[in-house]
Amino acid sequence: MGVPFRQACQEKKFVITAEIGPPKGTDIEPLIHHIELLKDKVDGLNVTDNQSSVMRVSSMAVCRLILDHGGEPILQLTCRDRNRLALQSELLSAWVLGIRNVLCLTGDYVTVGDHPQAKPVFDLDSVQLLVTVSGMNEGKDLAGNDLQGKTDFFAGAVVTPEADPIEPQIIKFHKKIAAGAQFFQTQAIYDLDNFKRFLDRAQPNGVKLLAGIVLLVSAGMARYMNKNVPGIMVPDHLIDRLASAPKGKAIEMGIQIAGEMIRKIRDEKLCDGVHIMAIGKEERVPDILRTAE
Amino acid sequence: MNDTQASHAAHGAGHELETGKAYEPKVVAYCCTYCAYTAADLAGSMRLSYSPQVRIIKTLCTGKIDALLLLKAFEEGADAVFVAGCNIGDCHFLEGNLRAIQVVAHAKHLLAEIGLEPERLEFFHIPASAGPLFAQRANQMVERAMALGPNPLRFSAHEKYGKKLQREPDSHPALPPARFGRLVTEAEREKGATPVRTPEGTIPGA
Amino acid sequence: MIVAKRKPLEQIEGFLEGAERVLVVGCGTCVAVCMAGGEKEVEILAEQLRMRAKLAGRRQQIDEVTVTRQCDREYFAPLAACVDQYDLLLSTACGAGVQFLAERFDHKPVLPALNTLFIGVAEGPGVWSQRCTACADCILDQTGGICPMTMCAKNLLNGPCGGTNHGKCEVDGTKDCAWTLIYRRLEKLGRLDLLKKIQLPKDYSVATKPARFTHEAFQKAENQEP
Repeated sequence: MGVPFRQACQEKKFVITAEIGPPKGTDIEPLIHHIELLKDKVDGLNVTDNQSSVMRVSSMAVCRLILDHGGEPILQLTCRDRNRLALQSELLSAWVLGIRNVLCLTGDYVTVGDHPQAKPVFDLDSVQLLVTVSGMNEGKDLAGNDLQGKTDFFAGAVVTPEADPIEPQIIKFHKKIAAGAQFFQTQAIYDLDNFKRFLDRAQPNGVKLLAGIVLLVSAGMARYMNKNVPGIMVPDHLIDRLASAPKGKAIEMGIQIAGEMIRKIRDEKLCDGVHIMAIGKEERVPDILRTAE
Repeated sequence: MNDTQASHAAHGAGHELETGKAYEPKVVAYCCTYCAYTAADLAGSMRLSYSPQVRIIKTLCTGKIDALLLLKAFEEGADAVFVAGCNIGDCHFLEGNLRAIQVVAHAKHLLAEIGLEPERLEFFHIPASAGPLFAQRANQMVERAMALGPNPLRFSAHEKYGKKLQREPDSHPALPPARFGRLVTEAEREKGATPVRTPEGTIPGA
Repeated sequence: MIVAKRKPLEQIEGFLEGAERVLVVGCGTCVAVCMAGGEKEVEILAEQLRMRAKLAGRRQQIDEVTVTRQCDREYFAPLAACVDQYDLLLSTACGAGVQFLAERFDHKPVLPALNTLFIGVAEGPGVWSQRCTACADCILDQTGGICPMTMCAKNLLNGPCGGTNHGKCEVDGTKDCAWTLIYRRLEKLGRLDLLKKIQLPKDYSVATKPARFTHEAFQKAENQEP
């Protein structure tokens, strides 16, 4: 993109990020195609880290590829697979390779993925990881040792506006800010009234908050997410709209819904931007952006 | 299965255990004093005819039955076992039959683990006045034992007791000595077996 | 207490392959309470193994003894008198007991009949659940008496994670989210300030294995005569 993500957050009124998932294997051709497709349309491109505990190419490697192609990557770093040594090493390595943005996550548990017998690490959690990044930005590692050359990461975290109960989520939100989070990408939202209520309670003053938008491709997908994915609440009226779409065209309705939501958030100035998640359907992200104009 | 099992199966298939004898199942019934045993008694008074293959063992309450007792019954050669107790809520000792139901379910699982059919074991509710029901259940278990074939452990039980599965019906062996902390050897276990009477003379416990 | 459960019977039977004389050694403490390896369970296991041997046409002598426990040498010391008569020992103690027995009778194979599961509590007859992972640095004072190392699948110290689902854990929907429980408990106790504190990374060095601990009263005393 040219403009660093941190700068875009400071200067622009409305920031847009998207997400791509690395391949499970060494064939990076589709990946490169998606990078080329999206790199100039968004302010930052998240790369997931063994998402859903499925083993894939590492986020750091793909972030480097994004840089090679002129894009602005956001490294997603989870605590599931690495202890504090490996996490810090990864952070230093990412900096050295030119990566400047990091999203700190706890990570899904190993049993939901394709290597359920693996030993889960979770040496740190997302708050402690943010503390670690802040320390490295000051030139110190977690043990207090001086670093030969410090980092200056733009660190971010995740928050779930539809969590129930919401109070512990808000407490954690503020802990993450205290630990050094400067931007947030939320879990998918579909109900703007709930979202406004959340923003009132959470008071994200000083940090940039991007609303999460997950592309719904069918009514079935919406129902599945409601049932199985924590923190997601797709309201009935949206499910009905998806169901009423002509056969094979539900995804178009999903794109419509996503575009409308983005437009509303921007017009009503609800927050600082959106984060579009369309794993598997990266091709359609430009359509969502077009619909949102 | 190995050769010994194969020969057992061959025995079973032809239903010939001892030379020239057809398969006659041996079914053991643990009956509680207050309900099932009374029903069995009533079946007798009513002159109801039920299979002579059933041996009734009177227990004070089915709550006394534990998994080891049931396993041992099969080890000693029973082809089928049933535990008969009161209806739910009628147990003289309040919960004995509830425990028995759980114990029987667990014992079925233990039997399945060692390769015996869990259907050889069953729990029935038989109230005191249900003489005909007792006869019906007795016949049902004998039919089941016929259908399932002889217990593969009969052969080894036979060997142990000199080809006859008969024990003194009314002798009451002394209470077994306390076991905790003591080594219980095979010799001591075998010694505990009741002497067997045969036409040739009495064989002391194996 | 320590909770364990019996291994699958086929696996145990496999351990006994080739042995003609087996001694099943039971334990009367933790595994007796959780009904996995006490006197009664030893009787049933030995009986099952005998029946299996007979069904397979194997000649196998299986004897039983249950000692008070296998994690204190004095209780299984008397076994020395008879161990030589057996080809192997099958222990129904927890992993600690099996190892102690094996250490003492190292000239005989000592095999485990149980899988040791966790440190836990009895929720009801026959139902036990884990409560403690023996992390050597107890923080129950910070979390209202609910252990996040054990009750949170991801052992978070600053929870909940994004997978918290209406008070249940996304890893196992039948399990409660530990951090939701901690939040409710601290709220009830009026100590939400503890939840707002950033908990720093855990010190795992205190739990390096194998651990060893000597009670102060048994450490060397210096005689300090004036």
